[in-house]
Amino acid sequence: MKHIRLLGLLVLTVMALPAQATVFNTVQLDKSRLGFTFKEMGVAIKGGFSRFNAQLNFDPAKPTAASAVIDVDLASVDAGSPDANDEVAGKLWFDTKAFPHARFVSSAVHALGGNRYEAIGTLTIKGRSRTIAAPFTYAGQGATARFDGGFTLKRADFAIGEGEWADFSTVANEVQVAFQIQAGQSAARK
Amino acid sequence: MKTGTTNTRYTRTAIALHWLMAVLILGTFGVGLYMHGLHLSPFKLRIYSWHKWAGVTAFLLLLVRLAWRATHRPPALPLSISLWQRQAAHAGHGLLYLLMIAVPLTGWLMSSAKGFQTVYFGVLPIPDLLAKNKELGDQLAAVHEWLNYTMIALVAGHAAAAVKHHLFDHDDVLIRMAPGLGRRLKNEEEQK
Repeated sequence: MKHIRLLGLLVLTVMALPAQATVFNTVQLDKSRLGFTFKEMGVAIKGGFSRFNAQLNFDPAKPTAASAVIDVDLASVDAGSPDANDEVAGKLWFDTKAFPHARFVSSAVHALGGNRYEAIGTLTIKGRSRTIAAPFTYAGQGATARFDGGFTLKRADFAIGEGEWADFSTVANEVQVAFQIQAGQSAARK
Repeated sequence: MKTGTTNTRYTRTAIALHWLMAVLILGTFGVGLYMHGLHLSPFKLRIYSWHKWAGVTAFLLLLVRLAWRATHRPPALPLSISLWQRQAAHAGHGLLYLLMIAVPLTGWLMSSAKGFQTVYFGVLPIPDLLAKNKELGDQLAAVHEWLNYTMIALVAGHAAAAVKHHLFDHDDVLIRMAPGLGRRLKNEEEQK
């Protein structure tokens, strides 16, 4: 009897373990931001996207097994001014009618030491895909975690800004992308 | 009328600054009028930058000019000019100086409010006094425009007055600010 009770306790403990593990898998979009900075005639301009979706799975106990998929609604761009927003949605830039979304799919996460990591993945914009590496920091605070990071992309790699804009003397090739993602833990474990 | 020829003309530096400013003001004003309606293109981005750089240059030149003026007394207006006209001339010049300060300042402020920092020649960033704010940016744009029209109206009046003095009053008000030309005309006059 005593053994059975002990066995039962053990089974319960084992069953309870995964439920206690901290896995951040619910992105809180209203507390997450996706922005970028680029240079125009030597002037730094800030922009961002107000609509994007992110699926995340980050277990602090196994960070290198983490994964992320981020979908960006390119029509939600803020490129610094109403003029620029109209222009950037057009064919020469994002061509949002033909390519409404940008997508990042992670393939690996490396630990860089401390709370620093690096997500490797494929970024697809305007039908062109490139492998990118995005370093980020992880900061867990109880039930929520923040992931702050960024990377630099070259707009020419994705044909962002063609024709008269292809030249980098007015709008620079390099675009610094920055993300701040806040995530919580979902009630039900998968 | 000609007493103390050294005092009747502006200094060479003052003349050079005056005409450099005239070219900059008219050019920058013209570019400002033209660029406003342009469709967004690399050319528009470039011309906006040129306009801002020209504005910053005009402002810096104005500071030099004010410093020069403070240390070099301009020649007095001929006594043949009535008192009210002399007062009107001084008031007009004062207002022009104020506008030459206010126009580039509002341009810089509106640029900041619209979210575009002014970077002199694409190299030297001028700090933003205002944070990005669309409504404020639009208001400052209206103020910048209105001040510009006022300034250009004053410049036109200023030029018309100078021409009037030359053609109708036959005094040396225009000549004393004329680059190089003045000395030659004066010599001719003296030879008569």
